[in-house]
Amino acid sequence: MARMKFLLDAERCIECNACVTACKNEHEVPWGINRRRVVTLNDGKPGERSISMACMHCSDAPCMAVCPVDCFYKTAEGVVLHSKDLCIGCGYCFYACPFGAPQYPQAGNFGSRGKMDKCTFCAGGPEPSNTAQSFQKYGRNRLAEGKLPLCAEMCSTKALLAGDGDVIAGIYRERVVTRGYGSGAWGWATAYGDGVRS
Amino acid sequence: MTIFASLRGAALAALAVVCAAALSPASAQAPAAPAPVRSEAAPAFSAPANERIPPAFTGTYQSPTQRPDVGLMANDTELLRALLPTRGQVTIPDQKLATLIQPAGRDWRETIKGPIRVWGSWLILGMCCVLIAFYLLRGKIMIDSGMSGRTIERFNPFERFIHWMTAGSFVVLALSGLNITYGRYVLLPLLGPEAFTSLSIAFKYAHNYLAFPFMLGVLLMLVTWIRFNIPSKVDLQWIAVGGGLFSKGVHPPADKFNAGQKVIFWSVVAGGVALSVTGVWLMFPFYFGDVASMQLMQVIHAIVSLILIAVVIAHIYIGSIGMEQAFDAMSTGQVDENWAKEHHGIWLAKVKGTPMPKMGHD
Repeated sequence: MARMKFLLDAERCIECNACVTACKNEHEVPWGINRRRVVTLNDGKPGERSISMACMHCSDAPCMAVCPVDCFYKTAEGVVLHSKDLCIGCGYCFYACPFGAPQYPQAGNFGSRGKMDKCTFCAGGPEPSNTAQSFQKYGRNRLAEGKLPLCAEMCSTKALLAGDGDVIAGIYRERVVTRGYGSGAWGWATAYGDGVRS
Repeated sequence: MTIFASLRGAALAALAVVCAAALSPASAQAPAAPAPVRSEAAPAFSAPANERIPPAFTGTYQSPTQRPDVGLMANDTELLRALLPTRGQVTIPDQKLATLIQPAGRDWRETIKGPIRVWGSWLILGMCCVLIAFYLLRGKIMIDSGMSGRTIERFNPFERFIHWMTAGSFVVLALSGLNITYGRYVLLPLLGPEAFTSLSIAFKYAHNYLAFPFMLGVLLMLVTWIRFNIPSKVDLQWIAVGGGLFSKGVHPPADKFNAGQKVIFWSVVAGGVALSVTGVWLMFPFYFGDVASMQLMQVIHAIVSLILIAVVIAHIYIGSIGMEQAFDAMSTGQVDENWAKEHHGIWLAKVKGTPMPKMGHD
């Protein structure tokens, strides 16, 4: 089975935020929760780069490792998901995540962060896919419908790729060869190890 | 733009080849490519590249086109170095998310998963083993001269109240903290995921709210007992004979608190203050500092609490099954005069107005 990955091509992102909007709309993500965001480095200076960042669904996921209640699990496609029924909102995954992916619905005083929310790679949660309950907690399960994450599908410049890790790595490799340069696929090494193979 | 254009046009086909090689899922796909090693910048074009950087940008920005080794395979810290700063701009209200990558999360993970969990468990289990061995060898420390039948008030109701307020909250805080650290390995397999989550949520709220009686208790104990806990010469003699803990009939004189109790007092005060500061810091996320400061505070909180738990286990032992009458001092507040004479001779003499005990064995 394919190992699902995100690939962020910093040379292509035009900071249109369509991925952010698509994600919010598709999953009806509440106010204040940002499953995906676009970060612009060196804004207004030479070498400005924008990167669309969300949960990278790491091979050796730090959130999974540190969770005190072990509420994370990894699907056969390598997608890192969690159960909001088991989450206690302690915030450990946020401390450990290199990408700032875990989000909490509340400000967090006195331990009232609420259940953690993050990008699901459009793969829902542990409950039966695309039930009202599952949608309310985790959003749409597009993978179960045979579709890829909407953020990448909507990306007008295809700076953000989502899908089989080998396929998207191949696409990126072709790009690098064709244009003759590349600043690297952001977060790839941190999320998937130093090599490109899963 | 001219910099990039000329650089790109000039020499970076080599970069493409390196990246292509690095990206190949199987090396067979790029047979002509050089080995996908993280090569140093080729000197042929790195030197002119450096010459062309305008002075204003050196140090703050390095074009990826000047880093031929940066590709898909590159280490992210190299990428971060190539495109400083790691903090950019976001157009959403949550400015915390402007931080692109925080590699420090990995260090935090390794710290809490490794040294803290392993050393903490050795510390606590080790303390339990030491106490069991001590109990087997020494047994319960009895009043050598027997009960006199006359009692004296050792702790007044207010002292007992602040002790038990602190102690009661500390026990729940310690158990809930240990649950966060070890529960996944100890309780989760026993209880199952749902029950363990319910317990952990209850523990989490208990931890956050009982922190306040604990902090108040530490403050009140500090104010109430600090005057009895200033180290003095008497403590040296007490330490010299091991407090008489290890042999019968040895009773070094002590005031209201002996050297061992002073160690407990200062451990609780110092540890309590450290736990209060770090705990409040964590209880209000991002109110006092960023995620890096919260990682540091969590590590300090974990280390201090594990040490304090080990210290308090010893305190609980000697205050309950370890010594006759020790528990009465803090429950009813009344102790036998012979107990007071053997363990707190100076204090008894002061309270009763009798002559001070001789320095030495009696």
